[in-house]
This record gives sequence, C-alpha cells and structure tokens, in this order.
Amino acid sequence: MDQDWRIVSRIRHIGRRVLDGVARLGRAVVFLVRLVPGFSVMATRASLVVQQIYMTGVLTLVIVLVSGAFVGMILALQGYNTLVRYDAQSSLGLLVALSLVRELGPVLTALLFAGRAGSAMTAEIGLMKATEQLAGMEMMAVDPLKRVVAPRFLAGWVAVPLLAAIFSAVGILAAYVVAVSDLGLDGGVFWAQMQSGVSFTNDILGGVIKSVVFGLVIGWIAVFEGYDARPTSEGVSRATTRTVVTSSLAVLGLDFIMTAFMLRGL
Amino acid sequence: MQTRTVELAVGLFVVAGLAALAMLALKVGNMPMLGSDQYYAVSADFGNVGSLKDKAPVMLAGVKIGQVGHIGLNRNTFEAEVTLDIQKKYNNLPTDTSAAILTQGLLGEQFVSLEPGGSQRYLKNGDKIRITQSAIMLDKIISQLLYSKAGH
Repeated sequence: MDQDWRIVSRIRHIGRRVLDGVARLGRAVVFLVRLVPGFSVMATRASLVVQQIYMTGVLTLVIVLVSGAFVGMILALQGYNTLVRYDAQSSLGLLVALSLVRELGPVLTALLFAGRAGSAMTAEIGLMKATEQLAGMEMMAVDPLKRVVAPRFLAGWVAVPLLAAIFSAVGILAAYVVAVSDLGLDGGVFWAQMQSGVSFTNDILGGVIKSVVFGLVIGWIAVFEGYDARPTSEGVSRATTRTVVTSSLAVLGLDFIMTAFMLRGL
Repeated sequence: MQTRTVELAVGLFVVAGLAALAMLALKVGNMPMLGSDQYYAVSADFGNVGSLKDKAPVMLAGVKIGQVGHIGLNRNTFEAEVTLDIQKKYNNLPTDTSAAILTQGLLGEQFVSLEPGGSQRYLKNGDKIRITQSAIMLDKIISQLLYSKAGH
C-alpha cells in the first residue's frame, strides 16, 4: 500500500514538472507578444537602444574578434593537414569559407553572445526586479517592458548578425594569413577557389538568416528569464544559469533544423 | 561626452559589421545581382556532360571568361543543354567556336573549354555553339581498354 502511494507520487512529480515546463513556455510566448508594442521605443527613444547595442554588441566585439581569428587559423591548419593527403590543398580557402560562413560563424558567435551578453541581460533585469525597480517604474506610469526590456531585446537582435559577419570575415582573413605565410599556399588560388564555390544566396544569405534567428532566440530567452526570475539573489543566479544553458541548447537545436532545411534546398 | 563616445562606438561597430557582410558578399561569394548584366548567355548541346556542375568555369586558352549557368536535358534530342554565361567584354567569339568538357588534372573538377574558330561573325546572346565535344568518361575508356585487351 505504502509502495503504491510512493509510485503514484513519483508519477505526479513528473506530471507537475511537465506542466511547469509547458506553463513557462506559454508565459514566454505571452511575454514576447506583450513585448511587441514596446518596439516603438526604436522610434521614440532610440538612444536607449543605442546604449544597449554598446553594452551587448560593442563589448562582445573583442571576444568575437579573438575567437574568430583563432578559429580561422585552426581551420586552416586542420583543413590543410587533411586536404594535403588528397593533393587538394588548393581547396583550403573554400573549405574555410564554407565552414565559417555556413556554420561556425553564426553558431559560435551565438554561443559566445549567450555567455557574454545574454547572461548579463538576465542578471540585470532580474536584479532590477529583485530590487523592485521595475515595480517602481510601473508606479511612475513608466512601462518597464518598453523602457528596460524592449531596448535590450532589440539590441541583441541587431548585434548578433553583425557580430557573426565580423566573426566569419576575421576568420577567413586569419586563415588566409596562415595559409599563405605559414603553409605556403598561393594567395590567388585561395581566393579564386573560394569565389567559385561559395554561393551568395545559399551560403552567405543562409548564414545571415541563421544568425538573425539566433539573435532573436537568445534575446528572447535572456529577457524572459530575467523578467520571470524569482526576486531573490538565488532566483537571479538560477535565471542567469538557465539563460546560458537554454539558449546554447536552443541555438544548437535550431541550427540542426535550419541546416537540414537549407541543405535540402528549401 | 559619455553618450557621444557610446554613439561613436556603436556607429563604428555597425559600420564594421556591414563592411564584414559586404566583404563576405563580394570577396568570398560572387554576388549574382551585381554581375548579372555583365554576362551574355550562349548555349551548347553535349552528348554527355559527365559531372559538370553549375557555376563551373568556362575557359578559353586557360583563362576564365565565364561560368556554366544552367544544365538541362533537351526533351527531343535527349542531349544535355548547357547555358554558358560569358563576360560581356569577350563579345568577339566567332560563331564557329567549339566547346569541349575537360577535366582539371586527372580527378579534378570539370570545366568547359572554348576553342575559337575563324568566322567573321560573332556569337550573340542566345546563340548556340554547334561544335561540341562531350565529357570524357574515365570508366568508359578503362572498360573499352579492357575489352580490346580481352579480344586479343
């Protein structure tokens, strides 16, 4: 009898967790819909958005530049090592460019952005909630969604595609330097192979679409977790962790889905 | 003062991002929209195109003068119809120019090689190249070689 009750409570526990998850997802969607009118902040107080682009985009630039350069150099060395076995090292430029533009640029930028800027967004909004600044704004008839949340969301959305493009460009330039100066490849062949193999519509535009989606998703998760955090120091710390974990997994999962569609030529 | 530096930094960031995007579009991939009016199209029928692909180079005397635009099948003759996009500045190809599908190296990519003829009239947009040579299928040659050896 006692054993039966324990099993029942276990199952109930699973059910409660699933219901909690569904409810959170629903709250997140409702939150996003409520956020849309706040986009008018772009027209009324653009300086708020500019300030947030500085906080999220410009301050993430250094880590993106350094990572992009190193990833490009590593790709050049690793790619050369494999291609030289088939006497195909002339395709190194193409290999590096396709890897960066299609996959590594958007995905690694999104992961770096989630860790560097997404976590900060969540912590800031969560702390504002914990210290009742958001409630104070409402008291003064200032809409916190418009004044605090929307600028951060929009800034992230703008910053990620730009950062991803910079990541890919820097990576390709770094790979070029390694390929020509260290591996002794011909610079002209490096660019020519790249240009003949990289398609603007499929590869470059596909990468841009990916990074736009990633920017939207990371911004959404970050501001929602902050706004939904329990207003305690522990709640804020948990929300920050959840932002990084959830947005990293979301980026990788969405990347798989989008890649599957893009490679089938949709 | 503070806001001005922030605005300057954001401005530089956005410009750098757009410049990176422009570099990707122009230097890394050949953006089609810009170059589409710099080409004229000529078609050629081949018995077999082998593994020729879209955007493969079109060469004359080893110099790239254009690229393969489209590969399709002619429903009546059952031959492959290949559209060649050739740069406008090479608009003086004679009408009896011949086209052949060759391979770069032994196992490299395939490309279309043009051999100019002696006609005084030039190919125009929409014209057809009459003299063509199909791709050489390596496995066919090997099997022919084997059969001829077996015959002896």
